[in-house]
Amino acid sequence: MKIKQLSLFLENKPGHLSAICQTLARAGINIVTLSLADTQQFGILRLIIQDWERAKELLEAKGFVVNITEVVATEVDDRPGGLSDVLKVLEQARTNIEYMYAFTFRRNNRAVLIFRFDDPDAAVNVLQAKGINVLGDVELFEEKPGAKKR
Amino acid sequence: MNRRSPVVENRLWQSEETLPRSDLRALQLSRLKDLVARVSHVPFYKERFARDRITPDGIRSIDDLRRLPFTTKADLREHYPLGFLAVPREQVVRFHGSSGTTGKPTFVAYTRDDLVTWSDLCARFLVSGGLRPEHTVQVMFGYGLFTGGFGLHYGIERVGAAVLPAGSGNTERNILLMQDMKVDALVCTPSYAVRIAEVLREMKVPRDSLTLKFAHLGAEPWTEDMRQHIERDLGILAFDNYGLSEVMGPGVSGECAYRTGMHIQEDHFIVECVNPDTLEPVADGEKGELVFTTLTKQAFPLIRYRTRDISRLTHEPCPCGRTTVQMSRVTGRTDDMLIIRGVNVFPSQIEEALLRIEGTAPQYLIEVTRPGALDEVTVHVEMREKDFSDKMSSLQALRDRIQREIQGITGIHARVNLVQPQTLERSAGKAKRVLDRRATASH
Repeated sequence: MKIKQLSLFLENKPGHLSAICQTLARAGINIVTLSLADTQQFGILRLIIQDWERAKELLEAKGFVVNITEVVATEVDDRPGGLSDVLKVLEQARTNIEYMYAFTFRRNNRAVLIFRFDDPDAAVNVLQAKGINVLGDVELFEEKPGAKKR
Repeated sequence: MNRRSPVVENRLWQSEETLPRSDLRALQLSRLKDLVARVSHVPFYKERFARDRITPDGIRSIDDLRRLPFTTKADLREHYPLGFLAVPREQVVRFHGSSGTTGKPTFVAYTRDDLVTWSDLCARFLVSGGLRPEHTVQVMFGYGLFTGGFGLHYGIERVGAAVLPAGSGNTERNILLMQDMKVDALVCTPSYAVRIAEVLREMKVPRDSLTLKFAHLGAEPWTEDMRQHIERDLGILAFDNYGLSEVMGPGVSGECAYRTGMHIQEDHFIVECVNPDTLEPVADGEKGELVFTTLTKQAFPLIRYRTRDISRLTHEPCPCGRTTVQMSRVTGRTDDMLIIRGVNVFPSQIEEALLRIEGTAPQYLIEVTRPGALDEVTVHVEMREKDFSDKMSSLQALRDRIQREIQGITGIHARVNLVQPQTLERSAGKAKRVLDRRATASH
């Protein structure tokens, strides 16, 4: 029940983010969601992409440093308290979050939270034990608006 | 040629400085014979002398020097730390060191007599540059393995002047010391003198609150242009001196009152200027690499030590009365050594620091700039997959660790900039390691 995330090293220079997006666009690869962490000199771009293997190959061919990281995607209602409920569960189990980001599916009024844990398997167990819906590849990529399921 | 007039009263410290050339040559020859005998048991020379059939008796003229082997920094490193020591360890009273091309320094040693000689050599250029017993001199070199601080310190005391061993560091505090202690002269790097002038301006210190008259600057290359700036901004005379720890430290040569070059102390050192490729001597006035033979040093004598410093020699007589050869400012290096704020830094040291992080060194580029008075170093390091992490804290920790390793090995603080792969310039397949943007680099 883990999702592959592409992580890229990015210098803080004009054009670098755009080059990544263009590479993926030309190959017809869609970005489900992304997050960017940055400092003054450099940043880390994190991408959720269905065809991550092909994306990794293409980006590496362009000279980018790409890592594959396993992250955990959970689904919550897009309402006040949705994120808070999940965080409470993690806090009670003393599970540390390295970082997280979120996006929403407008159609279903659901929000997806992407978490990076040191021990993703343990975190998945903690979340599932409390009835939180952990998404696998199938659910995550199929529920995307505009995808097959209409 | 020497149409200049003296900028201070022309004075000597020791009579040997004006020995007639023929007497100087005779003195050099007898000291050279003695040197060959003294180093015959040093393993490196013992082996070379056996190979080349060299004996003290075989040295009959100064020209026989050219039959003797060269000594390089690599030879010193191979016999790390004290393989070149020529006296029993109990006769050593002081060690100094300079940066090696890798993480380890190169050590040198001094006997009690060596320290007296060294103090006198420093006293020679200090006195020729205006130092008198009534003066107070503020030394703003680091005191440590580096020879600059202690060398000048003992030289100043030898003259009978007062030393204020301030060390390098807080510039505002150093300016306060200059004012309160009515300091007459400064000893520091040329770029630190520029920095002092800048801070004086920023602090709006009136010049007449200072009693500065002159400065003895060294430990890094500088230009005539920098001298004029320093002299104008600080209202002082600035004198140049030269030395390197392997040969002695400061005091190998220094300017006289006429400032037409630096007089090499030929009664203690034989200097050669050679083509670095053929190792053949170049003509008087031509550029070449300086090579020194230490005639009187006891603890750590060296034969034909290749300095890697590019300079010119001139034997033209000087109106100051010294009969010694003069060298021009050092205009470059025959290796890739950088001098950063007076500290010698080799690119291989940076590489060593990077090796300590990950086992194999990534591509890197050392960029040196001088945005204000002082040198700044940025080490650009290409990111590799095995060093990369999706966690920001890991990347910041990596950057900080590289910075610490560089500081640990070189002693300098460098900014570390992580860059994308394949973005650093490679020329003809060979990586470019140094980008020196300082103005002095081209001189």
